[in-house]
Amino acid sequence: MKSSRKHPIKPAALSGLYRRPHPGTQPDYDYPAYVSTAKRHPTQPLVIPPQTLSELTGPVFGHDDVKAGDNDLTRQHKGDPLGERIFVSGRVLDENGRAVPNTLVEIWQANAAGRYPHATDQHDAPLDPNFSGAGRTVTDADGRYRFISIRPGEYPWRNHHNAWRPAHIHFSLFGQAFLTRMITQMYFPGDPLLEFDPMYNCIANEGARKRLISLFDWETTQPEYALGYRFDIVLRGRDATPMEGSAR
Amino acid sequence: MSLYASANQTVGPYLHIGLTWLVTPKIAGPGVRGERVTIQGRLLDGDGAAVNDGMIEIWQANSLGKYAHPEDTQKKPLERGFKGFGRIPTDARGAFRFSTIKPGRVPGPGGKPQAPHLVVSVFMRGLLKHLATRIYFPDEPSNADDPILRLVPAARRSTLIPKRKSRGVLEWNIILQGKGETVFFDY
Repeated sequence: MKSSRKHPIKPAALSGLYRRPHPGTQPDYDYPAYVSTAKRHPTQPLVIPPQTLSELTGPVFGHDDVKAGDNDLTRQHKGDPLGERIFVSGRVLDENGRAVPNTLVEIWQANAAGRYPHATDQHDAPLDPNFSGAGRTVTDADGRYRFISIRPGEYPWRNHHNAWRPAHIHFSLFGQAFLTRMITQMYFPGDPLLEFDPMYNCIANEGARKRLISLFDWETTQPEYALGYRFDIVLRGRDATPMEGSAR
Repeated sequence: MSLYASANQTVGPYLHIGLTWLVTPKIAGPGVRGERVTIQGRLLDGDGAAVNDGMIEIWQANSLGKYAHPEDTQKKPLERGFKGFGRIPTDARGAFRFSTIKPGRVPGPGGKPQAPHLVVSVFMRGLLKHLATRIYFPDEPSNADDPILRLVPAARRSTLIPKRKSRGVLEWNIILQGKGETVFFDY
């Protein structure tokens, strides 16, 4: 079908339910390798209800909710933060490959030395007075987002002996419904700590796991200024079949 | 074209850095219609210990049962200034508190009305994927026919219904494990 390349699925047809996760692509709540899950995971079976209007809707954010420059983590203080400047950009898509426009993307990360400006982070590494480590933006009509930041450092944590988190940036996204809400982490290519990291390894499906690693990207690398990393994020998508007894 | 959704990861212990700019403990401003209610409680782990590094998010309809979202095509009015979203971190005692209005009934499966409820997301270190639950309202006759509550084992339904603490104040705890474990949903 020739026309299907240009319009893979008609927008109007996507009024069905959100798809259930593909097996192995999402973490379990009980994951002993990550010690903190022990007392914080539900022990009773989760109840699987029908998706109703309450879950098919969700908070709507727009470009008015963020300020110009909120996506530049290198310009929040008087001086430049220490570390290697980077661009992090990509697209937010749904499982049908369609752009998710106008959705809020929030990020936070450690500084170049692997330290967070947070009361509970006691790691013996310097704070950077010119780096707070938080940014936010709203995707454009094509689902694109872009941040300017510095490459975060690796840091130790107390999960097991000699435990170190690979360099990562936390991402928070809403999508278009309560049930598309997602928190994830972006990693960097070639990080030797990934294979030892319980967070990274909690995803059983290898392809899904590897998609948490950003790609080095010449397209967004700017000469004499900063390296570019590309990180595309896929949120849950809807089936084409309309809901039975639709609430709308 | 079909892709699989990206994998969820934990928010970790430093979620406040990225997320507190949007803290919204007052979901309904002064001009918004509806019965005022404050909901407070604690987030507790399997040992009954306070989760002091957690956060909840609330999503709800207005008092007429209308969501401020394009998917809700009911012919009911929206209210200026009412978004229906709340984000509340827990404090050192694992406590949270927010004020809002009791939402109206919204359609459920087959168009049958659901009992008034809020939907809730729970985030914390130690959760590799956030949890989803609901808050219903005490002394609400429509709870008996609510299509979602009816899917919950009868003995556990009370975990979704706060207790009335005083006039306009409801108490609702989130218990992650053990006795009184809160019912969580998987959509």
